[in-house]
Parts: sequence; structure tokens; C-alpha cells
Amino acid sequence: MDIVVLIKFVPDLVEDLEIDTATGLLDRNFLRLMPNELDEHALEQAIILKERHGGRVTVLALDTGDVDEALYTAVAKGADRVIKILGDGFDRGLGNRRIAAILRRAVGDVRFDLILTGTQAVDDLDGFVGALLAADLGLPYVGYVTQVVAADGRVVARKEYPGGLNAEIEVNGPAVLGIQAAERAPRYVVTSKVMEAMKSAKIEELTVDEVSVENELAVSSMALPESGTHAEMIEGNVQQVAQKLAVLLKERGVLA
Amino acid sequence: MCGEVCVFVEVLRGEVKDITYTMLAAGRQLAAGLKTKLTALLIGRDVQKLVAQLGAADRVVCVEHADLAEFNPDAYLHVLIAVFEQHAPRLVMFGHTATGTDLACGVAHRLHWPVATACRTFSLGNGTVQCSSLTCGGKLIANGPLPEPSCVVTVMPGGYKAKDGQVHKTPAVETVSAPGLDQVRTRFKQYLEPPVGDVDITKQRILVSVGRGIQNKDNLALAEKLAAALGGVVSGSRPVIDQAWLPTTRLVGKSGKQVKPKLYLAIGISGAPEHLEGVPEAELMLAINTDPKAPIFDVAQYGATCNALELMPLLTENLKK
Amino acid sequence: MSVATSYEFLDKVIRATPDGEKIRKCLQCGTCSGICPYGFAMDYPPRSLIAALRADDFHGVLESDTIWLCVSCFACASVCPAKIPLTRGLLATLKTEMLVGGSIPQELQAALGNSRRYGNALGESPKKRAEWTKDFTVPVPVLSAHKEPVEVLWFVGDYASYHPRAQQASRALAKLLFVLDVDFGILGPEESSDGDTQAFTGEWGLFELLARKNIQAMSKYQFKEIITGDPHAYNAFKHEYPRLGFDRPVKHHTQYLAEHSERIHALLQNRGPRRVTYHDPCYLGRANDNNIYEEPRQLLRAIPGLELVEMSHNRAQSICCGGGGGGMWLDGYSWEKAHTRTSEWRVKEAVAVGADVLAVACPYETPRFEDAVKSTGNEGKLAVKDVAELLVESMFG
Repeated sequence: MDIVVLIKFVPDLVEDLEIDTATGLLDRNFLRLMPNELDEHALEQAIILKERHGGRVTVLALDTGDVDEALYTAVAKGADRVIKILGDGFDRGLGNRRIAAILRRAVGDVRFDLILTGTQAVDDLDGFVGALLAADLGLPYVGYVTQVVAADGRVVARKEYPGGLNAEIEVNGPAVLGIQAAERAPRYVVTSKVMEAMKSAKIEELTVDEVSVENELAVSSMALPESGTHAEMIEGNVQQVAQKLAVLLKERGVLA
Repeated sequence: MCGEVCVFVEVLRGEVKDITYTMLAAGRQLAAGLKTKLTALLIGRDVQKLVAQLGAADRVVCVEHADLAEFNPDAYLHVLIAVFEQHAPRLVMFGHTATGTDLACGVAHRLHWPVATACRTFSLGNGTVQCSSLTCGGKLIANGPLPEPSCVVTVMPGGYKAKDGQVHKTPAVETVSAPGLDQVRTRFKQYLEPPVGDVDITKQRILVSVGRGIQNKDNLALAEKLAAALGGVVSGSRPVIDQAWLPTTRLVGKSGKQVKPKLYLAIGISGAPEHLEGVPEAELMLAINTDPKAPIFDVAQYGATCNALELMPLLTENLKK
Repeated sequence: MSVATSYEFLDKVIRATPDGEKIRKCLQCGTCSGICPYGFAMDYPPRSLIAALRADDFHGVLESDTIWLCVSCFACASVCPAKIPLTRGLLATLKTEMLVGGSIPQELQAALGNSRRYGNALGESPKKRAEWTKDFTVPVPVLSAHKEPVEVLWFVGDYASYHPRAQQASRALAKLLFVLDVDFGILGPEESSDGDTQAFTGEWGLFELLARKNIQAMSKYQFKEIITGDPHAYNAFKHEYPRLGFDRPVKHHTQYLAEHSERIHALLQNRGPRRVTYHDPCYLGRANDNNIYEEPRQLLRAIPGLELVEMSHNRAQSICCGGGGGGMWLDGYSWEKAHTRTSEWRVKEAVAVGADVLAVACPYETPRFEDAVKSTGNEGKLAVKDVAELLVESMFG
């Protein structure tokens, strides 16, 4: 079973986000980027399927700056091919429409049974990479997938609904699945294995330029959420806060 | 349906989901402002009986077929494309859910329309429609125009009250036959039921909800004692459930349950949108988080940045006095 | 890279340390398993581990995950009559094999992942590593801005930089350095975790990555010596960084302060009677025979009104707080397996000698012992303070 995994780099929310006063948009200068958490789950799911059924796992990532470590880590986890996509302006922060169009070109003639990627990413504003790529490639798409079972040439995806309800969706032929969670938490790879991959593995580079994209969404402004509706903060040491809260709760008649 | 505001009615197991009403509430305002009609698009099997709940819409377009009984991504997408190829609305609204997000991008791509996601509120000005989305874990707001002639959006709860989308009126119904579904490449097999036998947190008046901040399973006992002292029950955010410190029945959030308690005590929860979706309307929310910038403080009415592990037992004691 | 046989693993153990060969001399006396604070809960405490390897049962060893209970406290290594380097050679190497095989408790995975991504185990923004120095009356020079050579490079460490309780001890030390007119600077955002504890979770590769980053940062500046309040960092700079080509004099803050005894004594005042007992950190004392026992006591005895008493396990017999070897990041796991905490044992010993203060000298210890004070029901009876904090309290009230 041959699988393609798409990894998008997104802002790391450990750092504070700031607005660039010149553009009115997110200041990307001091942004730390990290692989989208759900894309790591997608990679894990792909490796699990490879361990079960054999086949090749190919990982694609746009070069938004500093993606090499993630790609070598993917190799250390079991990926067979890792491809870094180069192009103009990738560090500016691309919309998903454009990313999908670039990936469409990059997938090219890679042979696959499934494309796996996170069902969404923290910085999505104009759709979801997996769903858009599926539409571009004319493939079926199922999102919020938490398990993938392949048997007798068919794939059954477990789709997660709220409240612990799940549905089994059977998929015919090659498809794109949006992963909500892998069957297991993404595995840890010991640093020495990643170092080894850095020495022995090769990151393929693929340049994609001049992609025409229609219907890109323009963002007119960004802002940090207002502290106008901020909570009233209760001050004091822990003892004092506990006392004040108890009084507050009683006053509000919550405990009746 | 040309130029109308169209809401995709989200149905799960024969029930219209709340997000539909949020969208209808938003849709009514937009339709009025754009001087056009609000249409609800209802897809399924035997769904005519749900029409009465969609009174907020001017009319309901109904597409029924045996293969559409339960949500089937590719089949529903086929239907939507067939419908919209005939009539292009001004706006197509999907819930930002497991259902809606499977469809929005496929529709946008095939019809050559833009798509904007995670929208919470909409506004009109100078004939343009703007949307405001909450992104980056709730730490960033993005605003932008929804281009003409047609645009797809996915909608998050919280920007409109569901009850504003519930109107006692029976809308006009138009039935449209489903297109041929033999080329559909996905098939609904079955549901897998959630685990039973635990407390139903949606019926609880008081919830003590714990997040990553409780650090380990042991500290749950502190939350449980506090919940007992309050006459409530413990719930949790995704990280706590993923670590199996609490069963999935206790999950509050997008993938879990939506709760509307009298008191919601958020302990060590940062307030990411996926979690807040689970508690769009609590009468009183208190948040304890050591990070003063945690987004939860923008939603809670009261907060404190002290150490939750120290606070819980002290609060429990104080409540017993 | 994964290990197939007991033989191959033993070979790795032998090559892990200079005296690795000594493992062949194990008498199976069992002193190591006996003294191990978590030996009772392990499937393979050190003696049984060696026995299993000799019986060619390495697969049995790998199937157990109780090695993660090992807090790398060096108790076993310090009592072994054959002087086998058990902690560094045998136990840490087994942890590496577990990691290579993909076995790792989730809590620990998060700490290691954070160390790699953010240079600190807590997952905090590296840019904020010197935030603790802001809004503080004492100036703490950050070397990248300071741009002058200094006498002392103060390596602060992860917890001392980011953990709210440990930050208090950092501020105390900063005050002392200021009052003593020491010419010092810190690396601030250029500092990464020293990597020592990560190494003892088996992640020697991660240690090397972090160490090289620190070496690169420190090499930019001119200084005569390094001081640190963190025994783990002390241990790394003394024993591991030289292997990577970085060999500079390093002192623990108690050693450094002890050198300034006279000036310190002159400033100490009697703030009332206190009965204090001192906890010897593993990595300051018995680990690698660092043997720093007397300097902290010297400082404490100089405080007027302070009566210093000893717990039954002191100096080389000190009971680990449970934070080493990954223990800091495995609390949930350890509790589930052992239902006991060494930190609680230690707190009970302190209470038993009638102490009202438990003095510590490691940033892991203050939060761990304070938690244990609460969980043993001794809140209000026993305070936990870093030696630096006690000195500052005596000087300034």
C-alpha cells in the first residue's frame, strides 16, 4: 500500500503572535514554525499502514524554511522518500488554495493508494489542504479519520463524530483522508536515529513555480482577540483566591 | 436559488444539529441585508419531517435518496455539485464540523468559488460581505471579504445564538431529485456506538473541567473532590481524554459533547476553539490557568492565575464551611 | 540499530563508560537492588538485570518497562563493591535501547520533544528564558547585550529559568551575586538545557545536540569560570562537556559562595531561631564522586540563629528527590507503578529530625519537596528553601 503524506508547517503557538503594523497581518518575521500536529498523526498512520501492509511512504512538504529536520525525522520513523518542494515566496505564508495547487503539481506521477494529511491545521483560513487537493485531483475525501483499515483491496476509514460516535466509511480506489488522530500517538524517534538519517538519507528537492491559482482568499486585516471581554481576575495568594471564589459561588446561587 | 444565502442543514442520525440554527441565525441577517432569500438545503432520506424545524429559512430545498440516509461524503458532494450547478447562491454555509468540512472544499473547487473557513461572524457594508474567523488556537482574528458572485464558508458556533435560528414557521418546500449516484466512491457502512454507562455531562448543571494543566492522572482526584463539593461532575478537554485519564464520555469540545451548564470551572484549560465549541454558553465560567494570556480568559467571566493543584483542595475546603 | 541479543547489549554497556568492563565482575551481591529507592517496584532492579543478561534473557528485559522508574540517583553505583558504573553504563544504556525500540511513556516523550524543539523540557518559548530577570530590582546582565568579558558565566538552567518556584531561588542567587559585587552574566535566550537529565533518560543524541548548542553559545563570550545552581548542569559541565571539547572550570553556587564566606558572614543577621536540615542533591554528591557535601553546610552554619541538624540519610546516603533520570517528567508513571514517592520519604525524614526548614540546592528539589510536604500533610510544618534563599533571608529579612 503506497501512501503519500503531506506536511504543512504552521505557526508555533508557544510563541506570542504579533500583528505587523505595516501590513495589518500576522508578523511572520519572528514566527517559529512547526509541523502541523495533525500532519504528524497522518505520518504516524501512514507508517502504521506500511508496517501492516508493506509499500512505500512518501512525504511532501513545502520549504517554508527549516523543514529538513522534520523530513529526516520522517525518514527515521520509516518514510521511504521525502520531498522538499521549493518555490517563490513560500516563507510569506501561503493560503491553502495555493498550497493545494502546488502539491498537485508536486505529487505528479508519484504512485499512491492513499494520501494522508491532517484534517485541518491551526492556521487554516481558506479551506483544508487535504480536501482541496482531493478536489483538485478528482479523488474522494473523508475527513476526521481516526482509523484506517485496509482489507481485500478496500479501505475503510473510521470517521469521528461528536460525543464518541464513529462511522465506518468504505472508500473505493485512491483517496485523500484527513486524519484527526492516528491509531496510536505519534512515535518518538531517538535523536541518534534522526542524526543517522541526516547522514544516510537524501531529501529530494522539487521546484514548483508558476502555479496558477484561482479564488485565493484575501485577508484584509488581522487582530489579536480583544481583552475587552476579559475575565475579571481574582487576585491574591492561593488561600485568598480560594476564599473569594467560594464566596463568589455562594453569592451567585450556583450551589443551591 | 440564484444569489441567495444557502445553509446546508446538518443532520446526524435524524436530528438537526445546533450548528444549523447558528447558521440560520447568521443567514437570516445576511439575507435581509443582501435583500435576498434564505434557503436551507436538506439532504437525506425521509427528512421531510425535519422541515418544520427550519422555519428560519424562506424555503427548504429537499433532496432525498436511499443512498443519502446517512452522511456519505462523496454522495453528498455529488448532490451538492448537481444542485449548485443549476443555481449559484451568493453564499453557501456549511458547519465547521466533521460533515461540513468534508464538503465545503469539494463544492468550492468544482464550482470555482472561493472558500473561507472557521467563520464566526459576518457583516455587511457597501454591498460587500465580510467574515471574521478565529484562528491559530484562538489567538488570532482574521477578517476578510467574501467575494462575489458566490462564496463558500464554514461556520463555527459562538457568533450567533442558536435560538435566533429557530423560528416557528413552516417554510416552503421544493423537492429536487438526486442526481445519479452510481459513480459515488464512498459508502456509509455503519455507526460504531459510543461507550455507555457513564454520566451524561450534557445534563449536568455543574462541571469541573480539567485540561493539560492538571499534569497527571493522580491530580484528577482533586478535581473529583471539588466537583463533589459543588454537586457537579468532572469533565475534560481533549488532551486529558487522549491520555485516557477520563473516558470519551467526559470530553467537552468539538469532538465531544456540547454542554450548557450553570457553572463551568475550567482548570488548566487554555481555551482553544475546539474546546470552547463544547461550551458555547455557560451561565458562569471560571477559569484557572497559570498563563495570564490563555484565551480562556477572554471567554470566562472570572479567572485566576494561581496554581490549580493548590487551589482545588483549598476551594473544596472553603466550600464545605 | 536495535539490539538483538544480550551479548550485543552487554557489549554496548561495556563501551558506554571507561570502566564498563567491570560489569563482568558483578558478584550478584544485591547491594544495588537493595539500596535502589524503586528497586522494589522494578521487574529488573540492577542485580536482576545483570543476572538476566547473563542468562541471555535480553528480550525479557525489553518487554518490561520498569526501567523508567530509575531516577539515575547513583545510589547503586556508589555502593557497588565491584565499582561497576551501573547508572551511566548499564541503566542509561538500557533506557537508550528502550527508546530505540520505541518504548517510552507519553509524559517523557513530551519532555524530550520539548527539549529538542525549544531547548527546554518545559516547552516554554526560548525567547522568554530570561523573563525572570525582568521587573526585578537586581540587574542580571545577558551576555549578548552586555558585550564585555565577565569573570563568571552563570549557567541558569531550564527549571531555574522557567519554573515559578525555582525562579525565586534564581532571584535570590542574583541578589547574592550583586551584593558580593560579582562580575557575571547569563546566556539568557541563547542558553539551552544542559542536557544532563535528558542523557540519563537514554537520549545521548539529544544531550549532544543541546550540549553543542550551549558550547557554541558560550564560546562567543569571555569568562573565567562557570557557576550554576543546578547540580545536573554542574555534573554535565564537569564530566560530559569536556568529551565534546569544552572544558572550563565549573562550580556549584554553594561552592562559589563558600569561597566568599568572609564577606557573606559579615552580612548575615540573626532573624530568629530556625532548625534546618540540608538535603544533599544526588548530582552534587555521590554522582561521579562529585562529593560536594561540606560547602553548603558551611554556608548554613554561618547563619546566626540557624541550628543545622542531619537527617538519617545524609551525604552519600542521601535519598533522591525523584527528579533525575527523567523522574521529573514521569510522575504519573512512577506513581502508578510504585504508589510511593521518594520525595515524600525524604520529607518525613526531615520532619522526624524536628526540622522546620528543609534546605536544598537543586531546582528540581524545591517544587518536588513542596509538593511532598503537602501530600504528606505537613503543610505549615516544614518549609523548603534553597540555600541561596536562606542566605538572602538572613541578609535582608
